[in-house]
Amino acid sequence: MSMRPIAADAIGGGPRKGAVHRAGAALRRLYALPLAAAVMVLVIPAEAAAAPDPARGQQIYDRCLACHAVENNRVGPRHCGLAGRQAGGLPGFDYSDAMRAAGFTWNRQTLDRFLADPLGVVPGTTMTYDGIKDDQERRDLVAYLLSLKPCAPR
Amino acid sequence: MSDIQTDLQAPLQTPAQPSEDSGLILPRRSFLRGAGTLTLSAAAVAMLAGCESAAAGTSASAADISILNTALGAELEAIAAYQVGAESGLLQKPVLDLAVQFQGHHKEHADVLAKTVRSLGGKPVDAKKAYDFPVDKLKSQNDVLGFAAGLEKGAVSAYLGAVPLFKNRDLAKAAASILGDEAMHWAVLRNALGQNPVPVAFVS
Repeated sequence: MSMRPIAADAIGGGPRKGAVHRAGAALRRLYALPLAAAVMVLVIPAEAAAAPDPARGQQIYDRCLACHAVENNRVGPRHCGLAGRQAGGLPGFDYSDAMRAAGFTWNRQTLDRFLADPLGVVPGTTMTYDGIKDDQERRDLVAYLLSLKPCAPR
Repeated sequence: MSDIQTDLQAPLQTPAQPSEDSGLILPRRSFLRGAGTLTLSAAAVAMLAGCESAAAGTSASAADISILNTALGAELEAIAAYQVGAESGLLQKPVLDLAVQFQGHHKEHADVLAKTVRSLGGKPVDAKKAYDFPVDKLKSQNDVLGFAAGLEKGAVSAYLGAVPLFKNRDLAKAAASILGDEAMHWAVLRNALGQNPVPVAFVS
């Protein structure tokens, strides 16, 4: 089981002191491409995208199961309660320095960008996975991840 | 674990098998016997080990070491997961033998990954002191098989997502050989569950 989507510290925390410049770089990577894409949309008519479907996203989530689970920390952090969580911010999980310093919160946009190119958005993340390149698959997966309920108390 | 022991008294729920003459799958027992003869190719291991000298200090980078270490972490977790399954008391022969064999493959993967990380100048990750598996949800043989199948399917995707990232193409090739082994595990486990062992023409 797997080099998993070898995904490891995909979900988590706020920037530490001394790492603000790295967080800034991550944020620039996170937002630069969507802005460029928005400009492109004005010029190139795109095919109508299907509405994000959490059920399809759950099937795509199977690809993540070598490293992640909804309720349990694995090689990667658990995904329950992901919406609104700070990148690298799940208490008790051993994130990479890069993810702890990422400096953003998980939402539809940040998940979409990260899952398209994890190492491009957060260089140094241990989620050594090429990314979900298909836009619709990514939208569906993000919809599923954002639908997950908060983690049950332990 | 007490729940697991209690449920051992219940009859195992085995899904209906597709008909043997469907041409789609092999009979379950013969398929499992056949699987017992599968071993991770020594050539595959040698390929990974053999690329160490080519990779050390050359095209392999810190990024490659990171990929290898993430894979190693996942392999170590897989070894632990199969251990949980084997010790659950839920697996009957020949499924138990199969689980032990697959665990052995993961041990081989982990050994060679750790050796490669070291040879590249990195420090291999260690197994965790404890893993957090959903043991409360494993109450039958099929639950264990389904859990293992999910991990193996995820492993295939994980290696697939790692292969294009390697700077060193020999490492990418070696990772692809492990991917093939994980895909065989996934197929055999699906067959043991009475599912179509190879449901799609492509993995993703």
